[in-house]
Amino acid sequence: MAEHASPLVLVEKVGKIFFGRQRQTLALEDIDLSIGQGEFICILGPSGCGKSTLLNAIAGFSLPSSGRVVANGKTVTAPGPDRAMVFQEYALFPWMTVAQNVSFGLEIKKLPPDEIRKRVDALLEKLHLREFRDRFPKHLSGGMQQRVAIARALALDSPIMLMDEPFGALDALTRRNLQEELLRIWMEFKKTIVFVTHSIEESIFLANRVVAMTYRPGSIKKIIPIDLPYPRENSSVEFIRLQQELTQLVMEEQLRHQKAETAASCESDV
Amino acid sequence: MVVQAPTNSKPAEIARRTVQILLVPAFLLLLWETLSRLGVISPQILPSPTRVLLKWIEYACPLEPYDATQTGRLAWLFSGELPHDALATIFRVTVGFLIGAGLALPLGLLMGSTKSFYALFNPLIQILRPIPPIAYIPLAILWFGLGNPPAFFLISLGAFFPVLMNTISGVRNVDSIYIRAAQNIGATGSTMFLRVILPAATPYILTGMRVGVGVAFICVIVAEMMAVNNGLGFRILEAREYFWSDKIIAGMITIGFLGLAIDAGMDKINRHLLRWHRSLGC
Repeated sequence: MAEHASPLVLVEKVGKIFFGRQRQTLALEDIDLSIGQGEFICILGPSGCGKSTLLNAIAGFSLPSSGRVVANGKTVTAPGPDRAMVFQEYALFPWMTVAQNVSFGLEIKKLPPDEIRKRVDALLEKLHLREFRDRFPKHLSGGMQQRVAIARALALDSPIMLMDEPFGALDALTRRNLQEELLRIWMEFKKTIVFVTHSIEESIFLANRVVAMTYRPGSIKKIIPIDLPYPRENSSVEFIRLQQELTQLVMEEQLRHQKAETAASCESDV
Repeated sequence: MVVQAPTNSKPAEIARRTVQILLVPAFLLLLWETLSRLGVISPQILPSPTRVLLKWIEYACPLEPYDATQTGRLAWLFSGELPHDALATIFRVTVGFLIGAGLALPLGLLMGSTKSFYALFNPLIQILRPIPPIAYIPLAILWFGLGNPPAFFLISLGAFFPVLMNTISGVRNVDSIYIRAAQNIGATGSTMFLRVILPAATPYILTGMRVGVGVAFICVIVAEMMAVNNGLGFRILEAREYFWSDKIIAGMITIGFLGLAIDAGMDKINRHLLRWHRSLGC
């Protein structure tokens, strides 16, 4: 596959330890992942498995304790606009209007005002936000806010887009709409997307490859390529087979997790 | 989704709410008037509301009859004692507040955003903060003499700490998600500060300003009682010397309404500046 030719994101032997007051937690262990240009990767796992930690390491918000992340040919040391991020909580600036949120990144890049206006208008048009351009985020529904966040990320014109459970808080219908929209955007803009989710169905619907994670320490349990053509039909035989396979994998980890919890609570009881 | 506040504009509803608002004050006024009329309370101690009202009108009206050769109509209309006093008080509050808030805001921003500055200044501020501005009166007179300067000093002191403390917590409590989002977009240094941290802290800062104006208003009345010879605070103290209890109460009512008006004005400014904020349903 293309990713072997020119990896755009390279995760090398990444480990992450969080130091708490009483004990340290090994959140990630020995993660190796190579993501090629134009790939759509979903990182799948139960909550607490370290999938967001991995995404934050790529984004540069929280650097790995060991190993390294290389993105766009450079080792990641800090967050930056070459790795646009879409957060679960949308993280729009509430004091800026929709248009101001989208144009902020372009103003920082010091683009000429005409150019900024043109680009912002085009993006708002693309994401069906034109009539909301002068509204504040609080007037928008969750789905609309996430559209603005996607427009803001696209405005940065970065090859990589990182998404941390972006549709997790939305209702099923809005979620499906945005998933379809995201696929269109991915194909049109030729982005490389790393998408964190705990929804098995979502990961099969979107990804080229699903990276299933183990529970604590988070490591890669299995990488499953999804070769179904887009748009995908979640009632197709192959879709359901994949769903069963991934459910199996996730369930194993969930069980391991529960056992670990029980063991831990027994220990503390004694 | 736009949430509409439940507004019911039927005339019957308006009438009902007006009655609700006025019921208790009207009852108390009536009781007060009756007690005064019946001679239960000496008018020297507590004059009747009608006497206070008449005094208030007298206090508010121009002293001289209108003379077109001397002044314009507007200047004449405001030539009474009360408008002069009220303007003097408003002037002192404004100047004092601007000095106090003008010093507190930059210091608060600096202390909120720089740990070392916070560590340097915080001990001093924690010691000075509990001292009520009124306790500075002797020093204020010693340092600044009489007149407006000591009044400005006390008023700015009153406005200083609420603005400072709220600005510090505003900056320190900026939600980290905004910082992360801004870092991701590429914001650094002054852009991060001016376009992300400062706006994110404005709800706190404006709360501090509103409290600060309130304290400044308390301080102006006190300051006028000791160092100057006009203004609402001076006038009610002066009235006491002549046993004009009706004028004292008329002055107090003016102070009450002025304070209310200033607070309502601040609220209006805040609502405009925070029109993006979630908690305001507009």
